[in-house]
Amino acid sequence: MLKGGAVSEVDVMTHAASPGQARQAALRCEGLVKRYPGVEAVRGLDLEVFAGECFGLLGPNGAGKTTTVEILEGLTRADDGTVEVLGQRWGEGNDRVLRERFGVQLQQTILSGKLTVRETVRLFRSFYRRGLAVEETIAMVGLQEKAKARVANLSGGQVQRLSLACALVADPELLFLDEPTTGLDPQGRLKVWEVVEQFLERGGTVLLTTHYMEEAQRLCRRVAIMDHGRIIALDTPARLVASLGAEQVIEVRLAGEIAAEELRALPGVDGVTSRDGDLLLRVREVGATLRALLAELERRQVPLERLTTHEATLDDVFVHLTGRELRDG
Amino acid sequence: MADRPLPLVELSRTRVLEFIREPEAIFWVFVFPVLLAAGLGIAFRSRPAEMPRAAVVAGDEASSWVAEALQRSGRVEVMELGQGAADQALRTGKVDVEVKAAGPASSPRVIYRYDPQRSDSRTARALVDDVLQRAFGRTDQLAARDEPVTQPGDRYIDFLIPGLIGLNLMGSGLWGVGFSLVLTRTRNLLKRFAVTPMRRSQFLLSYALSRLVFLALEVAALVGFGWLAFDVSVHGSFVALTVVVLLGGATFSGVGLLLAARPKTVEGVSGWMNLVMLPMWVVSGSFFSYHRFPEAVQPVIRALPLTALNDALRAVVNDGAPLLASWRELLIMGGWGLVCFVIALRIFRWK
Repeated sequence: MLKGGAVSEVDVMTHAASPGQARQAALRCEGLVKRYPGVEAVRGLDLEVFAGECFGLLGPNGAGKTTTVEILEGLTRADDGTVEVLGQRWGEGNDRVLRERFGVQLQQTILSGKLTVRETVRLFRSFYRRGLAVEETIAMVGLQEKAKARVANLSGGQVQRLSLACALVADPELLFLDEPTTGLDPQGRLKVWEVVEQFLERGGTVLLTTHYMEEAQRLCRRVAIMDHGRIIALDTPARLVASLGAEQVIEVRLAGEIAAEELRALPGVDGVTSRDGDLLLRVREVGATLRALLAELERRQVPLERLTTHEATLDDVFVHLTGRELRDG
Repeated sequence: MADRPLPLVELSRTRVLEFIREPEAIFWVFVFPVLLAAGLGIAFRSRPAEMPRAAVVAGDEASSWVAEALQRSGRVEVMELGQGAADQALRTGKVDVEVKAAGPASSPRVIYRYDPQRSDSRTARALVDDVLQRAFGRTDQLAARDEPVTQPGDRYIDFLIPGLIGLNLMGSGLWGVGFSLVLTRTRNLLKRFAVTPMRRSQFLLSYALSRLVFLALEVAALVGFGWLAFDVSVHGSFVALTVVVLLGGATFSGVGLLLAARPKTVEGVSGWMNLVMLPMWVVSGSFFSYHRFPEAVQPVIRALPLTALNDALRAVVNDGAPLLASWRELLIMGGWGLVCFVIALRIFRWK
């Protein structure tokens, strides 16, 4: 299903939302194109995010994620294609009214370090006609005890939660989260996820971009993998991993030459991808393949420099599709 | 549903809070101008007129008589030196005039050596000659009387204080608005604000409004300092002063906004601000009258916003003129502010 990057629309729709739930699109874009001098950042992108789901947009830096999100947020105008946010198109109705209905968390925003948590949330609250109470929002992200603290004195995780509070204070129907946990420790990441999960439980819709497969696997109902301005795969995280046809990955670095096709012939190997001198073998059963692999290397006198195995993840899906790692620049 | 805070109030309030929590800013806006005023005020304070200095070449009877006569007058500072030392003192400007006398005390022959290019030397020569002529018996034929003028209001410090207020309004307007706007842009915060329903005009307006708070304090600091330390008083009405200051503040907020409309880096906007400010520091009459510049460039100088502000401030502070007397200057300032604000709003880079 993933080969060639073509995604069956029907197939994706079937497990997009649970039965009985209205499949209303919170976000929809068709044939989206954005060109910058010298680059085509987005090349004919189709996307549909349903109300009440968390949708993950994955891809390496430069894949066009940020441009796509900025077009959806009404910050950037697309060169071609249509965009619909909560049923409205940018520039065709009252944009300000539309902005009342969603919250945004940008990745590299540096909130003023000299303001306190409360002052910052209060400032953002003032922009919206309706929204949540400032204290309630601060409690929602678990920063009550830091309400009077200056932003400069917060930890990275606390700043990210404050940033979420600034988005949540609008009491939005839709949240755009751009790499909300990049650079956070596991503890900080977990707290951010909890806040997002609470928002989803209240029926909110989330469009999330991330580098972290773990994050996508935990939060997202569906993920789209982007590369070079296009979506190259779109499905639930579990099905994307399953589509590899393998549960395990053996990663080896060899001191000598050996062709990928020759390893492909080993028992139990579904596919081989090479990446930066490493060979990635997707296998059904690690034990059997491993024995055969080692025997083969022994026979050919090829020394082994490194060998690791892990369960297949979305990272492997991406490597399989592009031959590159998601976190590559 | 929670009560909604007013966006313009919150935007302005957070601007003010950010500013007062920045100690360096307090120094540059409040302490620096007062220090500058103090330094310049002391350097150019009105001193009792300095006495001309004369070197008398030591020699015979006549030179002793000359030295004594000058000393006795109390109007000239006298040094008795050898020929070589006296020449050198004149050459290096230690004395203004060198006096050589020869012959008997009853009929001395006197020579004045001085540089006629130097006005101090010319004055010294005239004074020394006057003292010596009187000592030799000349009497005044014409009755005349001196009336010294050292009234507050005509001193350099009186000229300087309004100039410093103008300079400060320009500096803090440009830095306060331009610098912090670009800083906000580099932090991606402008973009963050742009995705909210916040009205963009209110955001920009909040910069001008928060400036007003500091404007009042800055001007009060300078006017208060001038009054306490140098007895510089405001001759015009405080209402007129307030209007001029507010308009000046608004004008430079507008200019700052325009300069910050596009640059992506703090270095970029700093360059533009210096480019705009430096010429006005020199030509707009903050430290000395712009009438010293050639007639041909006067219309250009007068069309500059800082020149207009300085002139309007001096009209109120020094001359006690009514507000309407400065209508032309007020119009120039308002024009600059408005045009800059409108252009800035159109070309402003939010991303």
